[in-house]
Amino acid sequence: MCRTLPRRRKSIWMDGTMEFALLALPAFILVFIFCYIPMGGAIIAFKDYKYDTGILGSAWVGFKNFEFFFQSNDAWRITRNTLGMNALFIVVGTIFDVGFALMLYEIKQKWRIKTYQTIMLFPHFISWVIVGYMVYAFLNPSIGFVNVTLQKLGIEPISWYSEPKYWPAILTFAYIWKHVGMNLIIYYAALMGIDQQQFEAARIDGASRIKQIWYISIPSIRSTIIILTILAIGKIFRADFGMFYQLTRDVGQLYPTTDVIDTYIYRSLLSLGDIGMSSAVGLFQSFVGFILIITTNTIVKKIEEESALF
Amino acid sequence: MQTKSEKIMNVLVNAIIIIFCIICIVPFVMLVSISLSDESSIQTGYSILIRNFSLDAYKFVFQNPTQILNAYKITAIITFLGTVLGVVFMAMAAYCLSMKDCRFRNPFSFYLFFTMLFSGGMVPSYILITRTLGLGNTIWALILPSLISPWYIFLLRTFFAGIPYSLYEATRIDGAGQLTIFFRVYIPLSKPALATVALMVMLTKWNEWYSVLLYITDEKLMTLQYLLQRIMKNLELVETYAKQGGSSVSLDNVKIPSETVRMAMAVVVAGPMLLVFPFFQKYFTRGMTIGAVKG
Repeated sequence: MCRTLPRRRKSIWMDGTMEFALLALPAFILVFIFCYIPMGGAIIAFKDYKYDTGILGSAWVGFKNFEFFFQSNDAWRITRNTLGMNALFIVVGTIFDVGFALMLYEIKQKWRIKTYQTIMLFPHFISWVIVGYMVYAFLNPSIGFVNVTLQKLGIEPISWYSEPKYWPAILTFAYIWKHVGMNLIIYYAALMGIDQQQFEAARIDGASRIKQIWYISIPSIRSTIIILTILAIGKIFRADFGMFYQLTRDVGQLYPTTDVIDTYIYRSLLSLGDIGMSSAVGLFQSFVGFILIITTNTIVKKIEEESALF
Repeated sequence: MQTKSEKIMNVLVNAIIIIFCIICIVPFVMLVSISLSDESSIQTGYSILIRNFSLDAYKFVFQNPTQILNAYKITAIITFLGTVLGVVFMAMAAYCLSMKDCRFRNPFSFYLFFTMLFSGGMVPSYILITRTLGLGNTIWALILPSLISPWYIFLLRTFFAGIPYSLYEATRIDGAGQLTIFFRVYIPLSKPALATVALMVMLTKWNEWYSVLLYITDEKLMTLQYLLQRIMKNLELVETYAKQGGSSVSLDNVKIPSETVRMAMAVVVAGPMLLVFPFFQKYFTRGMTIGAVKG
């Protein structure tokens, strides 16, 4: 009788699994602590949080924190502002990004393209804090550049920091100013991928440059535009805190148009210390955001499989 | 040959872009001009050009630079540690994701990716960091929570996946372990990708103020950008900072050039990076176009 030896299983040391684990460990731990633990901590939104008892020890209150939020006037205002401003950024932003990418593509001298791109990227390198200073230099009610100029022209100066109605436009302008240089790169790269023969053929057929842009350039970046827009819609429920907080200088009079979900959570947490309410709003934002991303991704997948996030 | 309409279009396109470029630059010029102007001539209004050239604001900022120098130090530390540790850890994770031999590759990928879809929100993180971990008012609150960004991990993974697999197999047959392959083969081969991610991380770290706003109240741990936003909110702080240390006794009776000093501080804070980053433009461009980022 011969007994077959039990086949030795390849040890996890031999096939490198342990080494892979070692490499993945720091990222794994950090993500666990700073992303997954807070996800579990999100149950705080259903509790009456007390500092001394901690999240786990505090009493459950069901949806009370949410009720409190949704019954306030703030719920509608911050949701509307977040969605509205982001929608504005997506629409106007895309027009500018695509527009400038198309224009850059029409320029043939290399040094010009390079110079323009460098300059347009400048605003990307500064923080919203500095942009806040710039906006202030223009809009300071008494000595700001805009009001001084208005006065010279004999027009009544405007006290910018107490008139909410101007801010959607101001913020959109700032958004374009800061992001166009960076965002146009994707569209420009897509344009660079077009086969030059198409343009040559069109030229031989006598198509003008405008027609070439309309019938060749734009159609070839169409799917990029659609995909990026849909992906942006997936993130529409998150506002850029830095922008809304710094440019408006957190002035209360501007809240009717500039208070967004992110600034609201921050304020109710740190200024008002209302943990219940702010965590409820935060979970509301995360939850809706999650659904939006899943939905938009499904749509993207139908349009163009390889552009989907997952 | 260009037709007449093409020439017109050429001029038009260039004109529009040049106008936009001017709009991009004017605010920077304005900050510098205001900071270099005489305070009294600013009282009638800011202008784009320098009015009555004066270095008073800068003298004022550097007369008592303790606060600013300290903020420079803190910002430098978090930028350095955040970039080095962040890029190394993220590259290590990205390597695992790009290797077919890694058994936990798919679950790990999902583990990272899920954090891009859902987050616990600001409040639980705040309580975790300040209460549970006790990191409030420590420099670690500015470094650790934002060290790992799944987005960059996937970006690096895309790059690693482009390195020929035969190279991996060859080194493997030669008996090299995963750690050796990662550090001796993959890292040297992916310098451009690592530089791209490092620069992007560096930029966000240098511009960090948000986590200071949440987790720090100690003046010794404030970053440059935070210091700046504090001054913006509270004009009187300019004077407080200036008077600290007592070396500026002679200035106590003089009206402090607060408007120009503020702008001078903005220039001092933003200046160095603005001079450096444009030289690395191609890396930022690459970061945007490195390819589809998938989970």
